[in-house]
Amino acid sequence: MNKLLKSKGFQNASASILSIIFGFAFGFIVLLISNPANAVGGFLTILSGGFTGGMKGLGQTLYLATPIIMTGLSVGFAFKTGLFNIGASGQFIVGAFTAVFIAVRATFIPTEILWLVALIGAFVAGGLWALVPGFLKAYRNVNEVIASIMMNYIGMYLVNFMVVQTVFDAARNQSMTPTRAIIPKVGLDTLFNGSNVNLGIIIAILVAIIAYIVLEKTTFGYELKACGYNRSASQYAGMNSKRNILLSMVIAGAFAGLGGGLLYLAGSGKHIQVVDILAAEGFNGIPVALLGLSNPIGIIFAAIFVAYINVGGFYMQLYKFVPEVISIMVAAIIYLSAFSLFFREQISAFFKKRTEGK
Amino acid sequence: MEYVIEMLNITKEFPGIIANDDITLQVRKGEIHALLGENGAGKSTLMSVLFGLYKAEKGTIKVNGQVAKIHNPNDAKKYGIGMVHQHFKLVHNFTVLENVVLGVETVENGFLKLKDARERVEKISKQYNLFIDPDALISDISVGMEQRVEILKMLYRENEILIFDEPTAVLTPQEIDELMKIMKNLASEGKSIIFITHKLNEIKQVADRVTVLRKGKYIATVDVATTSKEEMSEMMVGRKVLFEVEKGEQKPGEVILEVKNLVVKSKHSHKNAVNNVSFKVRRGEILCIAGIEGNGQTDLVYALTGLTPIESGSLLFKGSDITRSTIRHRSVSGISHIPEDRHKHGLVLDYNLAENLVLQSYFQKDYQNNGFLKFDAIYKHASDLIKQFDIRSGEGVNSKTRSMSGGNQQKAIVAREIDKNPDLLIAVQPTRGLDVGAIEYIHKKLVEQRDAGKAVLLISLEMIEVMNVSDRILVMYEGELVGQADPKVVSQQELGLFMSGSKREVIE
Repeated sequence: MNKLLKSKGFQNASASILSIIFGFAFGFIVLLISNPANAVGGFLTILSGGFTGGMKGLGQTLYLATPIIMTGLSVGFAFKTGLFNIGASGQFIVGAFTAVFIAVRATFIPTEILWLVALIGAFVAGGLWALVPGFLKAYRNVNEVIASIMMNYIGMYLVNFMVVQTVFDAARNQSMTPTRAIIPKVGLDTLFNGSNVNLGIIIAILVAIIAYIVLEKTTFGYELKACGYNRSASQYAGMNSKRNILLSMVIAGAFAGLGGGLLYLAGSGKHIQVVDILAAEGFNGIPVALLGLSNPIGIIFAAIFVAYINVGGFYMQLYKFVPEVISIMVAAIIYLSAFSLFFREQISAFFKKRTEGK
Repeated sequence: MEYVIEMLNITKEFPGIIANDDITLQVRKGEIHALLGENGAGKSTLMSVLFGLYKAEKGTIKVNGQVAKIHNPNDAKKYGIGMVHQHFKLVHNFTVLENVVLGVETVENGFLKLKDARERVEKISKQYNLFIDPDALISDISVGMEQRVEILKMLYRENEILIFDEPTAVLTPQEIDELMKIMKNLASEGKSIIFITHKLNEIKQVADRVTVLRKGKYIATVDVATTSKEEMSEMMVGRKVLFEVEKGEQKPGEVILEVKNLVVKSKHSHKNAVNNVSFKVRRGEILCIAGIEGNGQTDLVYALTGLTPIESGSLLFKGSDITRSTIRHRSVSGISHIPEDRHKHGLVLDYNLAENLVLQSYFQKDYQNNGFLKFDAIYKHASDLIKQFDIRSGEGVNSKTRSMSGGNQQKAIVAREIDKNPDLLIAVQPTRGLDVGAIEYIHKKLVEQRDAGKAVLLISLEMIEVMNVSDRILVMYEGELVGQADPKVVSQQELGLFMSGSKREVIE
C-alpha cells in the first residue's frame, strides 16, 4: 500500500485528480455568483458531464476528445524534447485544409480510400508547417514559441485564402462539404446513437499509443527525452540534438495536422469558416498536455476529460445558464487542471516529508 | 603605520567548510596590496566580506582606524570601497558616460543632466591617462577598455579603496602592461589597491606587499621586494603530507593521440582560448595537463572530444585524422571522456542510473534491436556495473541520478566511460568536489587504466593530484603549453612558477 502511494504513477494521477477537484470547486463558485438558484443543478449537470445525454453524450465526448487528443499529443511530444509547441493551432488548421482539399478535389482517388489519403495529407501538411519553427530553432536558435505563434497567423490567413480560392462554399462563407471522404463510423454511430463519434477516436488513441511506444521504448525516444532533459549531456553523448529538435517539432506538427483532418472529415457538419480566428483546438492542446503531464496515455484521458466537461457545459443550457458563464466555468476547470504539475510537486514533497519523519 | 583598511581575525563559515579561518588583512594607504592564493583559498570570500556581500561570523573591519559596519554593498560604497569584478558589470548598449553615471545620475526635474558628468569623466580620464571616449558604446570597445571604464566608475564615485579581482585574466599582454601602469599611477595619487591574483609575475611587477592565503587560512604578509617568487609560490601551495597513489613502473607504448598546432577560438574574448598547442599521448601513460583554472584547458578538452569546433591544427587518433569528426565518431572509435561538469555534460539527471549508464552506448547492438531499446540488457548491464564499480544509490538501477551523491554520480560516469574499453581516457578534474575516499578510488581507476595499456589524459587543477597521479606533466598557461616536467623530479614550487606564467620553456 505504502509502495503504491509512493509510486510515481500514483502521485502523477493523484496530482491531476486533485487539480481537477480544485477546478470544479472554483467553477461552482462561478455558478453561485452568476445564478445562485440554479447553481446546484447546473453543477450536477457539469459533473455528470458526458453521461448527461446517455449514450449520445458519451459519443459526443469521444467525438470532441478526438482532435484535442491529437493537439495534446502535439504539445506533449514537443515538450518531452524540451520544446514548447504553441503552434498546434496553425498546424491543426493547415492539416484540416489539406484534408478537406484532398477530399473535395482529388476526385480521381476511389471513395473507399479517399478519407485515408486525405488524413495522410493532413498529417504531412501539419508536419511541414512545424518544419519552419523546428528548423529555425535547431539551426538558428530562434525561440520556437515566437516562430510558431507567427506560423499560427500565417497558417490561418493562408488557409482562409486557400479555402476561398479552391474549396469555397460562397453561400455559407465556409469550405465545401467533403462528402466523398467521410471517416467511417465502423458501427460506433449505432452504439452511441445520435452522436458524431467515428473511427477517428480509435485512430487518435492508436497514435497516442504509438507515441508512447516511441518515447518510452525506442532509441529515438531515448534521444529525444535526453535532449529535452539536458541538451548539453545529449551533445556530449554524441546525439544529434539539432536533428532531434527538428524531428520532434515535425512529429508534433504532424500530430496536430492529423487532428485537423480528423475533425473536419468527421461528417459532423463542421466546416472551415473563413473568419480571422485561430483554431481553439490547437490551444486546448496545451492544458490537455499539461493535465496529462505530457504522457501520451495521460493525454488520452485528459482530452476525454476536457471533452466530457464541454459536453456537460452544453447540457447546462437546460438550467438557463448563458453560454458565456458555461465557457467561464469550463475554462476555470481546465485552467486549474493545468496546475497538476504544481500539485505533483506538493504531493511528492508531502510523502517525502512523511517518510523522513518516521 | 596607519592602515586604511584592516580586516582583523575574520572567520566565515559555509556549511561543511570554513572559507576564512581567522584571517587578517591590513592595507596601508597608497599601497598596492596583493592577495595571493590558489583557487578555493578564500580570497573571494574575504573580499565579499569586505564588500558587504557576506557577513563574517567573527572579526572586525576597520576603515581609517574606525570600526566599520558593512552589511551590504551600499555600506561599502559609503566607506569608499569599490571593486572591479572579474566579469564586468556594464550595460552593453549604453555609452561609456551612461555606464559611469548609472546609479549616481545627476537629475534635474526628472531629466538626466549629463553635462557636468561628462566634464568630470573627461577630467578623470585625463588625470589617470585612461584615454576613454565618453561617447563610445560599450559594445564597440575592447575588453581592456571596458576594464578602464570599470576603473573610471570607481574613481567617479570617489572611491579611495579599489579592489581588483583577478583583473588580468581577460587581458592581452599589452593590455596587462597598461593596466599595471594605471594601477601604479592610482597608487601614487594616494588610492589604496587590493589586487587579487594568483600570478606571481604581476605581483612582482606592481605590488608593495602581499598577503598569502591557503585553504582558508592566513599564511603570512610579506614585502614583495624582499621575497622571491619561489618563496611566494611555496607559501601559496604549502608543503603538505602527500596523498600517495600506489603506482608501479610502466613503459609508455605507441602514440595514441597526437595534437598538432591546435588553435581554438575563445567565446569570450578576442584572444585564442587554445593557442598553437601540440602534444602526444601514449599507451600506458598518464599525461597530465596542469594549470590554473581558465587557462584554456576546458576549450582544449572540448576540441579533443568534439564539443567545440577547431579553428586550425589537427588531431590524429590511432593514426587517423579526427580533426573534423563528430562527437559520436570519436566516442565510438575509442575516446572516453569524464567531463569537467558532471551535471551539465556527464549525466541526464532525470534519467535513472541504468539509462545513464548506456548514455554512450544505447545505440549499439547490445542494447537495441531495430530501434527498440532492450531494457533487460540495459538493466543487467547497470547492475553489473553497480557491483563492479561499487556505485551506491537509494534504489539501485532505478535511482534517479539527481538523487545520488556527487561521489556516486562521478563513479557512475567513471564506470560508464571505463566500461566502453577506450584507447584514450580523457579525465577532466575527475575528483573535483569529492571526498577523500572517492578521490582515492578514482585515482586508482585511472592508474588501472594506464596499467591496462590505455592512454590517459588527465586535466587537473589540484597540485597534489598532478604530482601523484601523472607520469608526465605539461603546464598550460593562457592557452599555451609553457612547460613540461617529470613529476618525480620537479618541485611543486617550480610547477607553480610555470602555472603562474613566471617561467616558460619551449616544449619539443
